[in-house]
Amino acid sequence: MKVLVPVKRVVDYNVKVRVKPDQSGVDLANVKMSMNPFDEIAVEEAVRLKEAGTVEEIVVVSIGPEKAQDQIRQALAMGADRGLLITAEGEVESLAVAKLLKAVCEEEKPDVVLLGKQAIDDDRNQTGQMLAALMGWSQGTFASKVEKDGDKLHVTREVDGGLQTIALSLPAVVTTDLRLNEPRYASLPNIMKAKKKPLDKKAASEFGVDLTPRLETLKVTEPPKREAGIKVESVEELVDKLKNEAGVL
Amino acid sequence: MTALVIAEHDGEHLSDATAKTVTAATKLGGDVHVLVAGPDAIAQAASKLGGVTKVLHAGDDAYAKQLAEPMAALIVGLAGDYDAILAPAGTDGKNFLPRVAALLDVMQISAITGVEGPDTFLRPIYAGNAVATVKSSDAKKVITVQATAFEAPSGEGSAPVEPVGEGVELPSVSDFVAEELTHSDRPELQGAKIVISGGRALGSTENFEEYIFPIADKIGAAVGASRAAVDAGYVPNDYQVGQTGKVVAPDLYIAVGISGAIQHLAGMKDSKVIVAINKDEEAPIFSVADYGLVADLFEALPKLKDALGA
Ligand SMILES: Cc1cc2nc3c(=O)[nH]c(=O)nc-3n(C[C@H](O)[C@H](O)[C@H](O)COP(=O)(O)OP(=O)(O)OC[C@H]3O[C@@H](n4cnc5c(N)ncnc54)[C@H](O)[C@@H]3O)c2cc1C
Ligand SMILES: Nc1ncnc2c1ncn2[C@@H]1O[C@H](COP(=O)(O)O)[C@@H](O)[C@H]1O
Repeated sequence: MKVLVPVKRVVDYNVKVRVKPDQSGVDLANVKMSMNPFDEIAVEEAVRLKEAGTVEEIVVVSIGPEKAQDQIRQALAMGADRGLLITAEGEVESLAVAKLLKAVCEEEKPDVVLLGKQAIDDDRNQTGQMLAALMGWSQGTFASKVEKDGDKLHVTREVDGGLQTIALSLPAVVTTDLRLNEPRYASLPNIMKAKKKPLDKKAASEFGVDLTPRLETLKVTEPPKREAGIKVESVEELVDKLKNEAGVL
Repeated sequence: MTALVIAEHDGEHLSDATAKTVTAATKLGGDVHVLVAGPDAIAQAASKLGGVTKVLHAGDDAYAKQLAEPMAALIVGLAGDYDAILAPAGTDGKNFLPRVAALLDVMQISAITGVEGPDTFLRPIYAGNAVATVKSSDAKKVITVQATAFEAPSGEGSAPVEPVGEGVELPSVSDFVAEELTHSDRPELQGAKIVISGGRALGSTENFEEYIFPIADKIGAAVGASRAAVDAGYVPNDYQVGQTGKVVAPDLYIAVGISGAIQHLAGMKDSKVIVAINKDEEAPIFSVADYGLVADLFEALPKLKDALGA
């Protein structure tokens, strides 16, 4: 099988972002950027499938600024075969990302597209589902297990009530959940090797996709602040406060 | 202006989140219809929700497991009559609604926590560290709703129930194989008035059973967990509270042996009263706690159980 893995460059998950005073957005100047954690899981899964002999080729694609090359290189160092950077300045919404990925799918003809379930910057959780819709493909979201079974892909999904397993016809779109695997760190030799792997570049404008945003961000504000409360000295005091002060017991 | 709310259910019960999503839909300013793809009893339950003027019932078995492809086909077939389509931001809605949005060439507005007007919404971004006010220029709005941010509608309705979904051509690209549902007699995490969650510090499944569960049962609480506790296999995945797990906002949230990473806070910081029990007085969880107890959980929880009485 051939696998396509879209990866997004996002604020590192350890960074606590600050809202800009003029409410135009969050302050991203000099903030550490990384590969979206769910996308690392997607890359790892693709590499494992390749190591198991189920997958022959892994293509990584990112839509974003020039610097998103770093994230593609990281994926190549983890074991992906080649990369494609689709350059775009500013925000590209999920629907436009899905349309660009559709164009890539038509060109690359992957059997499976493995994406993260959610980008941790915008927390939208929709790109994979949108791509599946545009391609008319099956989808297995929030995957905690992916197995090839004959000509089907069995995907175990983390759902509100527990776990659900579905069988998908190929080609299919799969989005990853946290417990699918634990991504590896790229070794130094592999990081060196990744520098020689092919990385193509195209401008988003070359794809004939309308990138005009449908959502306008009017403002970005801080969430209501929670005041830290008090420390209680004992369990007895805690229960007393919960009963008589907060009235929640 | 008419809005369609897609009911969330587990085959037996209509979820609380559906009722709260109806409230969000009402704020758009028009009629609210509900689509139930599932058993008739759930359509009947939906018809009693305050503010609902019509229930569409698709009883075909093809929808029973809420698989994305048939659900999207059903909803897209009905979309022509609606200006807005909403679903609770649970794992079902998150699965099928973006598919609907793409088929309608609409940008979905995910997990809204407020309605400012028929086209303007609030939604948390960056694990809830910021709140964006967004205005949609799409003719049809496709929206998932963070139900904890809305109250259930008041009053009781008696909306007529109308069958739909006959003759919809359903894609057959995916099949249900199996499910492993977590069974619990405790309240459901997202609807519970009290939630007690355990973190990595619990150390094992046995310790959850010995220290957390008895207290939960005493005060009628649902049990939640941090990602660290779920990843370690102490409790099932559907216990996870946080940015990428479930969002809860109970009257009382008790965090035990949880450090308070931003990803965890994103799932519980809108709880009315927060209690933290942690042996590290510097733990970030204390910065959002109304009542903090610096203690070893293995000493504090048995005492708490006793103090709660019989
Ligand atoms: C992409 C991504 C998504 C994530 N999503 C989520 C999410 O949805 N939900 C989530 O919870 N996390 C999530 N995380 C993980 C998050 O960053 C933290 O790693 C996690 O929440 C830590 O769990 P914890 O507090 O149980 O463990 P720790 O951070 O290890 O904290 C354990 C705490 O227990 C205390 N302790 C230890 N022993 C005792 C004792 N005997 N008595 C009392 N206290 C004790 C310690 O002082 C410490 O504060 C996510 C991470 C990533 C990268
Ligand atoms: N700009 C992008 N470039 C590459 N992949 C992306 C991009 N945006 C989103 N994705 C993929 O879609 C997933 C879900 O993102 P979202 O729907 O925005 O939460 C991510 O985990 C990525 O795998």
